[in-house]
Amino acid sequence: MIEFHQVHKTYNAAGREIPALKATDLSIQNGEIFGLIGHSGAGKSTLLRLINRLENPSGGRIVVDGEDVTALSSGGLRAYRRHVGMIFQHFNLLSSKTVAGNVAMPMELAGALSRTQIAARVAQLLARVGLADHAMKYPAQLSGGQKQRVGIARALATDPKILLCDEATSALDPQTTGQVLQLLAEINRELKLTIVLITHEMDVIRRVCDRVAVMDAGEIVEQGTVADVFLHPQHATTQRFVLESEHIDEASQRDDFAHVEGRILRLTFRGEATYSPLLGRVARETGIDYSILAGRIDRIKDDPYGQLTIALMGLETDVEAALAMFHAADVHVEVLR
Amino acid sequence: MDALLTRFFPNVYWDEIWQGSLDTLWMIAGSMPFTVLIGLPLGIVLFLTGPRQLLAQPTFYGVLSFVVNVLRSIPFVILLILMIPLTETLVGTSLGVAGAIPPLVAGAAPFFARLVETALREVERGIIEATQAMGASLSQIIFRALLPEALPGLIAAVTVTAITLVSYTAMSGLIGGGGLGDLAVRYGYQRYQPDVMFITVVLLIVLVQVLQTVGDRLVVFFSRK
Repeated sequence: MIEFHQVHKTYNAAGREIPALKATDLSIQNGEIFGLIGHSGAGKSTLLRLINRLENPSGGRIVVDGEDVTALSSGGLRAYRRHVGMIFQHFNLLSSKTVAGNVAMPMELAGALSRTQIAARVAQLLARVGLADHAMKYPAQLSGGQKQRVGIARALATDPKILLCDEATSALDPQTTGQVLQLLAEINRELKLTIVLITHEMDVIRRVCDRVAVMDAGEIVEQGTVADVFLHPQHATTQRFVLESEHIDEASQRDDFAHVEGRILRLTFRGEATYSPLLGRVARETGIDYSILAGRIDRIKDDPYGQLTIALMGLETDVEAALAMFHAADVHVEVLR
Repeated sequence: MDALLTRFFPNVYWDEIWQGSLDTLWMIAGSMPFTVLIGLPLGIVLFLTGPRQLLAQPTFYGVLSFVVNVLRSIPFVILLILMIPLTETLVGTSLGVAGAIPPLVAGAAPFFARLVETALREVERGIIEATQAMGASLSQIIFRALLPEALPGLIAAVTVTAITLVSYTAMSGLIGGGGLGDLAVRYGYQRYQPDVMFITVVLLIVLVQVLQTVGDRLVVFFSRK
């Protein structure tokens, strides 16, 4: 478990104190994929780098599996960092080393394994990330997605318990992003690895994370399970991220809805309910009429969900009956108008 | 052939040219290792203590940087003369190939150190960060990441420094340093024998071309980008 207790970080730039992270409490469970989302400058990169102490906190305590990592000696810190893998937006592979050389590097630096042991482990790691045929190539000969796979293999070399992902898919095209995210999810399951990732894309969070924290101006403004945060965003920053990810322009949507009669509701279905023919049944049994204004049926990680914005038209009593039916079916209803 | 040579280069003693060329090569070969030995660590220290680097030490960096700049701003001819007493203590003479080496090193090492600092700055910060994240110690960061990644840049720095040394060796001829520069001064300038001057200049050009070509080839060979 990674715990932050009142951790804060201020930078000293040109004599002025700039707060990068305000006093923050946070706990990340073992084995989960925890996402941190925020715009650039929100403090997510600082928070991530505090975990492996690439940044030192200005105050507070960071406790990982019961050990206070803010109090480590320099030798202790180096040993601790071997249990925390990290991958980067720009991969940060050594251009002077082959793919195999890059993956071998953390093990060579640790000095605990023999040459043959390292070679065997490199082969195994490269096979796991699907790059067995590229061992002797140099990073410059690889595509972005392949480079990130090398980065992942390298990060896993010393058998870490935690993997930090610093905007790991931001430099990749959408298809490659999907493949890298899938690989991360697989590794998380296979190795029971805790993954902390930062991103500015809600889509990345939606596809792989279990829980998410939303950051704005150096603090966490909202956190919870991805489904809760994604489907019912409370904070303005979160709401903007969700709208962005669904490509919705709030103002034009409001204009569009102004011409629609009746009550406007947002229905959120989760799990099996997503695929049940509820709307039709409600319309038949209550006699109301409905029109779908906006909607999305998709998955959050592995769970299906649907979110529909509908207008209900009919007698007031029928509308109330319809609402009761939605509630009874465990559909979350927000009345927008 | 002999007749032709005598006709166009009446004043040239070819064995002296041969000896001068050897002396020049010896001066470069003798001063380059010391230049690297002093300049490389100095450049690494400059890099590491520089602004926003791993061991950022503004005051220390400021002082070191100033000293390097001072050494670099003294014209080499002046440095040659200033160094005479020190050179005599170090190698027992201020003349000949041996006497030229201390001032050559003193002139070239700060120059090389700056080039090293620049080459190291070309290494992406992310690579240092990634190496740190692997749990590397400072010396591992330097020897396993920084220097290998900067290798093409460092080879280019050695090339430029060697070429600078060629021109420095020519200047050391002024105070009896031997080599091709010495010939150019004594015959070409003091006796006004342009044919000797011409030959020494051609040989120096050839030397510089060879150094540059070899350096460029090595840079390409070691570049993986």
